[in-house]
Amino acid sequence: MNVEVMIEALPKLLEGAWLSLQLLFISGFFGVLIAVPLAIARASQNTAVKALPYAYIFFFRGTPLLVQLFLVYYGLAQFAFITENPILWPILREPYWCAIITFSLHTGAYIAEILRGAIQAVPHGEIEAARALGMRRSTTMGRIVLPCAARIALPAYGNELILMLKGSALASTITLLDLTGMARTIIARNYMPLETFLMAGVIYMTITFVLVRGLRFIEHRTSAHMRPRPTGPAEGNPAAAE
Amino acid sequence: MPDLSGFEGQLALGLWMTVRLALSSLVIGLVLGLAGAAAMSAPVAPLRWIAHAYTTIIRGIPELLVVLLIYFGASVALMKLAAPFGYTGYIELSPFIAGSVALGLTFGGYASEVFRGAFQAVPPGQAEAAVALGMSRTHIFFRITLPQAWRLALPGLGNLFLVLMKDTALVSVIGLEELMRKTQFAVGATKEPFTFYLAAALIYLGLTIVSMGLLAWMEKRANRGLGRATAS
Repeated sequence: MNVEVMIEALPKLLEGAWLSLQLLFISGFFGVLIAVPLAIARASQNTAVKALPYAYIFFFRGTPLLVQLFLVYYGLAQFAFITENPILWPILREPYWCAIITFSLHTGAYIAEILRGAIQAVPHGEIEAARALGMRRSTTMGRIVLPCAARIALPAYGNELILMLKGSALASTITLLDLTGMARTIIARNYMPLETFLMAGVIYMTITFVLVRGLRFIEHRTSAHMRPRPTGPAEGNPAAAE
Repeated sequence: MPDLSGFEGQLALGLWMTVRLALSSLVIGLVLGLAGAAAMSAPVAPLRWIAHAYTTIIRGIPELLVVLLIYFGASVALMKLAAPFGYTGYIELSPFIAGSVALGLTFGGYASEVFRGAFQAVPPGQAEAAVALGMSRTHIFFRITLPQAWRLALPGLGNLFLVLMKDTALVSVIGLEELMRKTQFAVGATKEPFTFYLAAALIYLGLTIVSMGLLAWMEKRANRGLGRATAS
């Protein structure tokens, strides 16, 4: 094991990690935008409304991410109406945007399924209370159901974010220099696969660790009202001492 | 079905390789998972540390990196290990073995958590009753604890298997001629990427559907002792 090689590779690898993080957060953001309408439609009682999001989710969860990525990056170029389109083609010929589009569609399907479970887990009483107050269905959805569902979905969304971080390594297969891609280019020069891949692994682990901690913090902050209040007279609290 | 211009046979060969890869990774993964679960609840602390480090590392780094690390890294490591014994030749792992080990390691890391939960959920009274009946430790494990834990672990393991099957596509990156690699060859020859990648996607979807059916059947079988009598 050559530690010097590992240290030498570090600056380039961190550059790659920055691209991995970009892919993760941009697709994580668009994934949520895709997931919200899908989840609402998927939680519907109406079979016709449910069918389309169901098929979408089933396709994206049932096929490998690598196939989806190749389908977008290589596959779409088969059609003349895309390669000749002056707006679409400049975007779809860039591996960066293809990766973001694919990852967003992919994670969107997973988030939709998480969110559907959360929407269905919102206590009926809260919805009934909103209706009793005269809220419209859309207002109930926006102010009661979705905020509550978001809180329920948060832990599972955290897991999905970590899975997506690992999925983002596939960007290296379409020539992007993300953390894995950067490691592969460095190895092509220094012939030290063990050291370089291990260093990349350490960086992935660090990112995962920070993500897990960050999500736990957000979870803690958003569930303050769910925790039992401290009982007994708190020290240094004049109101309690009276 | 789209026109595959004579590549059906090649894709079928690739599919067969994908299935073989998935099954051999599954075997490695189940063994590692059981070993990991056993180590996690072992009385020896260093064993527990190793098992926890294993699952934490596997869950923290990408599957693709594991595949690349095993394929490129393991041959370097093996050569370094062999050098003191006087062997200086080149050692190369076949993509099939490297892929099976890498995917097996991934599966095992997650599976050890599943198995651990399942074994903890089997009431201790079951094993105590077996001890009282005079069964040996191996007998207790294979006849009492494992069948009951298996029932509880099956849904989790099923999900992991579905993930594993999709991850087999990653092994195409190190050159194993499985479904994805064969599809790439077909794309190179026909210049019809969308047609072929869509065909591959549909084949993977088919594999997922078949596996889901099998898993549902296995779960039903594993739970057969728990059914209630019905009137009809």
